Amino acid sequence: MKKLLIWLPLALFLGFFGLFASGLLRPGDRIISSKLVGKPLPAFVLPAAASDRPPLQSGEFATGKPRLLNIFASWCVPCAAEAPQLLALKRAGVEIDAIAIRDARPDVDAFLNRYGNPYSRIGLDARSEVQIAMGSSGVPESFIIDGKGRIAYQHVGDIREDDVPMILDRLRNAQ
Amino acid sequence: MRMLIVLLALLLNAPALAQSALPPAPYADRQIEDPALERKARTLMETIRCLTCQSQSIADSNASMAGDMRSQIRERIMAGEEPEHIRAWLIERYGDWVSYEPTADPILWPLWAAPLILLGLGLLLLRGRIRRRRRS
Repeated sequence: MKKLLIWLPLALFLGFFGLFASGLLRPGDRIISSKLVGKPLPAFVLPAAASDRPPLQSGEFATGKPRLLNIFASWCVPCAAEAPQLLALKRAGVEIDAIAIRDARPDVDAFLNRYGNPYSRIGLDARSEVQIAMGSSGVPESFIIDGKGRIAYQHVGDIREDDVPMILDRLRNAQ
Repeated sequence: MRMLIVLLALLLNAPALAQSALPPAPYADRQIEDPALERKARTLMETIRCLTCQSQSIADSNASMAGDMRSQIRERIMAGEEPEHIRAWLIERYGDWVSYEPTADPILWPLWAAPLILLGLGLLLLRGRIRRRRRS
């Protein structure tokens, strides 16, 4: 018994060493996904965020056709990087609505002038209230809302070029 | 030279622009007038995890989203909502991840049992020692 106990500290050391090494080499997933995927879109009514686009409310989603809901902000750098992909989706026939987080109308107008405007409707969420109600944890994020007004998919972070086919595929499946 | 310092200072300021330019929400950094309600809100905010700076509570974080969450919590508490109801509402959206308060989920049972197991082991050890001393 004593002979075995002598090895206990070394075994513990190796155990902890392995634990820390694996944590360092393979850092945990930092993405917090919304628990509302598969559930109905929370109810909201937002004022217009841009001068030439109508405002947005949750009732406008259950139209029988899936739509993309993009969460963005004019002050967010990855949102500008995402703009070409959203324009490509728009060209492919996708209806895209947006919620601008903590934003102001002149800033949104300037952002859309500069990077293009793929949106049909844009709501202004000046205090992140709808964002929190949707379980979204940052900008940019994109939600696929199916034809019945349910959240079918959440994409955290900017949509990259190679994500576009996957998004189109999911939109097709979200009738 | 002075101009250079000013320019450098301006450059250093740039990261601050990465967050929203809007002023914080009304109750993000302002306490509720009623101290009892403020205490309630404060206790809740200290156990809600910030989504932007993931190892801080929203009470400690300067992220604009944490400010918006603080304001929302204070306003809902002023409207008479119970802190645990707000916590459940947040967990419904972000999962257990958003709360620092441990739950009674089966996955946490070892955590709750650990003190009892350690205490039991200690008592066993103590009994062995006392017996050996008596014999000698």
